[in-house]
Amino acid sequence: MSEQRPLLEVEGLRVEFKTRNGIARVIDDLHLSVMPGETLGVVGESGCGKSMTALSIMGLVPIPPGRIAAGKIMLDGEDLLQVSESRMREVRGNEISMIFQEPMTSLNPVYSVGNQIAETARLHEGLSARAARDRAVEMLHAVGIPAPDKRVDEFPHQLSGGMRQRVMIAMALTCKPRVLIADEPTTALDVTVQAQIFDLLQDLQEQTGTAIILITHDMGAIAEMAHRAMVMYAGRKIEQASVDEILTNPKHPYTQGLIACVPHMTSNPNPEPARLQEIPGVVPAMTALGKGCPFAPRCAHAMDQCRSQMPNIETVDENHLAACHLNAQLGGQGA
Amino acid sequence: MSDTLLTVEDLKVHFKLPRPHLFGPNPIVHAVDGVSFRIKRGTTFGLVGESGSGKTTVALAVMRLAEITSGRVNLGDLTISDLDGDGLRHARKRMQIIFQDPYSSLNPRMRAGAIIREPLDLMEIGDESERDDVVSKLFSNVGLRPEQQALFPHQFSGGQRQRIGVARALASQPDLVVCDEPVSALDVAIQAQIINLLRDLQRDFNLTYLFISHDLGVVQHFCDEIAVMYLGQIVEQADRVSLFSKPLHPYTWALLSAVPSADPSAKNRGQRVRLQGDPPSPIDPPAGCRFAPRCPFAEQRCKEETPELRTFGENHVAACHLVTDDGVAPHTR
Repeated sequence: MSEQRPLLEVEGLRVEFKTRNGIARVIDDLHLSVMPGETLGVVGESGCGKSMTALSIMGLVPIPPGRIAAGKIMLDGEDLLQVSESRMREVRGNEISMIFQEPMTSLNPVYSVGNQIAETARLHEGLSARAARDRAVEMLHAVGIPAPDKRVDEFPHQLSGGMRQRVMIAMALTCKPRVLIADEPTTALDVTVQAQIFDLLQDLQEQTGTAIILITHDMGAIAEMAHRAMVMYAGRKIEQASVDEILTNPKHPYTQGLIACVPHMTSNPNPEPARLQEIPGVVPAMTALGKGCPFAPRCAHAMDQCRSQMPNIETVDENHLAACHLNAQLGGQGA
Repeated sequence: MSDTLLTVEDLKVHFKLPRPHLFGPNPIVHAVDGVSFRIKRGTTFGLVGESGSGKTTVALAVMRLAEITSGRVNLGDLTISDLDGDGLRHARKRMQIIFQDPYSSLNPRMRAGAIIREPLDLMEIGDESERDDVVSKLFSNVGLRPEQQALFPHQFSGGQRQRIGVARALASQPDLVVCDEPVSALDVAIQAQIINLLRDLQRDFNLTYLFISHDLGVVQHFCDEIAVMYLGQIVEQADRVSLFSKPLHPYTWALLSAVPSADPSAKNRGQRVRLQGDPPSPIDPPAGCRFAPRCPFAEQRCKEETPELRTFGENHVAACHLVTDDGVAPHTR
C-alpha cells in the first residue's frame, strides 16, 4: 500500500468559529491522509474536533459562524476548498459520502426509504425513476435488509434502529463513493447489531476499495475495523500509528488514559477488579486554550515546558507520530 | 437481618396496546415475562441484554414506576408489590434510581443544592438544619465543591451532572439503588470517574445496586452477579467470573462475542459468531425457546418446548435444552 498515493489528504487544516467568548479554533493544523481501501480510525472525547473534521471534508461547516482559516483538502489532486459549490455538490454523496450517528434524525420521516436512496442515484447518475428504484432495492439487498422489494416502500419509523442504520449506509454507498466517512455509525446500536454493521462495512470495502474514515470514541471498534488510528484532542492530532501499535504502545499520556480508563471485557475476568484509571477533569473549552499543550491541565506527567509551549507532532517511532514533550525528552521512550 | 435484600419472584409486566381493529383484541406486549432473582445486600446485580429485552422494565417494576401485572417483589421483609399510597411513599425512601441521561433528569430551573434536597423535603427526613448538613455532606461525598450548591444544572459538565444525580439518589439513605445505564451517556474518560465513584459509595454506605447496562465491559468490571435477558426472560445468570469465562447459553455466547475487543492479541478477532436479524417482537413471542429463531444450534425441540432454567455448578443457571447436564454448552462442542 505504501507506493499508492493517498486518495484523500488534509493538509494544515484550521477551522475557526466566532463565538460570544471569542474565536474558537476547533481544528488546528490538522494533517490526515487515507489510502484507497484503507480504514482510518479517528478517536477522542466529544468536543475534540472529530465530527468537525468530517464536516470540513464534506464541505458542511456552517459559514458563518464558522470559517476555514487555512489548509487544503485534496481529493485525488483536487482541492475541495477551492472548488465551486456546484462541483462540491457533485462530490458530496457521489465521491465522498457520510454516515451520520443518529439514524432516526438523519432520515426524512415523510419519504419512504426507497425514495431517499433513489434520490441520490437520480441526482448524481441521472437515472430514471424506475431505474433508481431498482437501484434502491439492490442497495437494500446489499446491506442485508430482508425482503428489500417490500422494505423499499416503508418509512423510517417502520424500521428498527439497526435497519435504519443500514438504510443510511445504503444511501451513502449508492453511488459507490471513493471515500466514506462514518461518524459514530454504531453508537446508538446494540453490540449484536454493531457487529453486523461492521461486517457489512468490511465486506463492502473489500468489494469496492472504498477508503473509510471511522470516527468513534470506542477503542474496541477501532481495533476491529481500522488499519491506522489517529487520536485527536482539542482540535489537534496528538498521536497517529497503526492500530496494533497504538493499542499496545501508546506514546501520548492522553491515548494511554483513553485506553486504560475503559473496562475491557475479557474471557477470564479478575475476581477482584482493580479500580479504573481516571483521566481527571474535562475537555477544555475551545475558546480558553492557552499557549501550552491543551492536555497539560489533565496530564499526570505535565512539566513546566508543557504549560508554556505547544508540543509539535513528531515521529517517535517508525510510522508513529506523537505530540508530547515527554517523548522528545525521553528519546521516544514514552511517558 | 437477612443476607438477601431484594427478592423478585415470577415478575410479569405486560402492556396493553390500542386495538388495531374495532372488534379485535388488544395486542399485549410481554415486556417482562416471568423473571425471578435475588440480590444480596451490599452487592451489585447486573442486568444485560439488547434493547427491548425488558431490562429497564424490570427496574421500573421493582421501583413500582411500571405497573406489575403479576409476581412479587420483596425489599427486605417488605412486600413492595402489595403496597400503595402512603406505604409505597415511605418504602421509596429505601429505594432510589439513577437515570441514564444527566441532561434530562435534572430540573433546569432548580439549583443543584435544591435538587439534592428535594427528596429530603418530600420524604420529611430530618429537620431544616439537618437537611442542610446532609446536602453539604452528599456534595463532598460525590466530589463536588460546597459552593457549587448554588449553581444551576446547565453550569455543570455531563459528569458533574451525573454526580448530582447520584447524590440525589443517595439523599434518603436508600438500601437499594437502581442504576439505569448510569454511564452510557457520558464520555469514555468521564465514565471511569462515575464508575469509581459508585464503587466508593457502595463500600462506604453498604449500598446494593441493581445495575442495568448494555456495555458488557462495564458490567464485567462492576457487577458481582449478572443476569442476561432476552425478550422479557432471564436466559442465563451467574457470578461475573463464570458468566464471562464460561457462558452456557448460546445467546450469552453470541452477545459476548459481538463485543469488539481492544486487545490486539485477542484470539477470536474476526472469527466470531454473528447473530442474524433483530430480536422478534415481544407482542407475539415465538413458541418454545424465544431465542430459537436466531440460534445457530436450534433443533426441532427448541421450537416446541420452552426450556426451564437449570442449575449448572454453583450459582450458574441457564435456560437451554442443548446444554448437557454436566454443563457442556452447544457452542463448545
